[in-house]
Amino acid sequence: MERPIKRDFKRPTHINDYPVGPQYEAGFLAETNASWRTFRPVIDLDKCINCLICYMVCPDGTIMKREGKVAVDYDYCKGCGVCAHECPKDAIAMIKEEL
Amino acid sequence: MTNETIMNIPRVTPKNMTEQEFFYGHKACAGCGGSVAVRLALKVLGERTYSALPAGCMAAVGFIFPQMAFKNNSIITTFPGVASMASGIAAGAKALGQTDFKTVCFAGDGGTADIGLQALSGMIDRDDDVLYICYDNEAYMNTGIQKSGLTPYGTHTTTTPAGKNLPGSKTHKKNVFEIIAAHDIKYAATASIGYPQDFINKVNKAKHIKGATFIHVYASCPTGWGTPTNTSIEIAREAVDCGLIFLAEYENGDFKLNKNPKEFASVKEYLTKQGRFKHMTDEDIEQVIGFRDMKWERMRRNWNHK
Ligand SMILES: Cc1ncc(C[n+]2csc(CCOP(=O)(O)OP(=O)(O)O)c2C)c(N)n1
Ligand code: SF4
Ligand code: SF4
Ligand code: SF4
Ligand SMILES: [Mg+2]
Repeated sequence: MERPIKRDFKRPTHINDYPVGPQYEAGFLAETNASWRTFRPVIDLDKCINCLICYMVCPDGTIMKREGKVAVDYDYCKGCGVCAHECPKDAIAMIKEEL
Repeated sequence: MTNETIMNIPRVTPKNMTEQEFFYGHKACAGCGGSVAVRLALKVLGERTYSALPAGCMAAVGFIFPQMAFKNNSIITTFPGVASMASGIAAGAKALGQTDFKTVCFAGDGGTADIGLQALSGMIDRDDDVLYICYDNEAYMNTGIQKSGLTPYGTHTTTTPAGKNLPGSKTHKKNVFEIIAAHDIKYAATASIGYPQDFINKVNKAKHIKGATFIHVYASCPTGWGTPTNTSIEIAREAVDCGLIFLAEYENGDFKLNKNPKEFASVKEYLTKQGRFKHMTDEDIEQVIGFRDMKWERMRRNWNHK
């Protein structure tokens, strides 16, 4: 698995079920970050030259390399806009999320 | 390791770097520069990496029970003790017969320049096989923006409030890179997330050196700096372009400037677009420029450069 994905987590019901420290299985994610986003990056693949700058600078690693084209993991993208700001081809638009 | 073998290390680029993400689903603020540094470093270092993080943002946003945003083996340490914890991890793994691993620290500027300095000094003195990466956001961010030894002159923080009596922080940045180099460490470097490929190259170099290594990477913080979330890379690039942050390496006893611009971009422009420097007067800015010029004069005189 390249990227961790959200998995089911059963909340402990008794204090004894909690670990002593914040220890857990590496890469375990109990929720997504999609709700943080107010703007969503949308990539225009016709303009994209696959330079992978957006891929390199995304703080969340949510730009994915795919068969010569980039794509976004909208489960974990926070909508910071770094990718759009750094894209040399203006191929990424930040579109307001509709509720 | 000789220079020749270092030059033979295969380059890591966005094109060939692993598609695996080791710092994922974390809760850092949108546009967090520290997460760019941690994420890229782990992609270079790979799966067989132990990371140790002292108290600070990258620890706080990575380990929120039951979330474990690190996909490699990682641990939170005491605030002053990340380097000693990492030394112990490296020794422990070696005792278990492991040979294919790397140990890395990701510590903030406070965790490095102030509270963690003693443990770091010991780690380098013993030449323990650990790469120590300091992501520098120029304040104690995780506790709400307090001044650290790496907070530059004029910065408004909650402990150096700018106003009639204070210009913001009254001290300049501690010379951490040279303090580390003075240990005669095998390899130390400065970097900025604004020049990500340069940072990747330096991590890659340190990965292949056995023994203690150190990278000081400038990493923006939109929350603490009062900058838009989308300009985190740009602002870290501008810090280098205006000469307030320099890119350098220390190796085999020699200092080398990697970037020696003929002309600097505007310091004023870099400062005034950030909330933390908005209050600065022209005299304050002149102070900053004067200190920059003094530093560059010294670096150009004493260090190798093209
Ligand atoms: C011994 C000790 N003192 C104080 C703290 C509180 N504390 C936790 S994180 C932090 C700030 C860390 O600043 P820095 O190292 O620059 O990392 P950043 O949060 O900026 O990423 C502080 C003061 C602590 N956890 N332990
Ligand atoms: S930065 Fe722009 S051009 Fe480059 S890969 Fe990303 S979307 Fe494509
Ligand atoms: S908006 Fe931010 S988090 Fe989302 S893909 Fe772009 S850089 Fe990554
Ligand atoms: S406060 Fe700054 S360093 Fe901390 S998570 Fe937010 S952006 Fe990153
Ligand atoms: Mg800090």
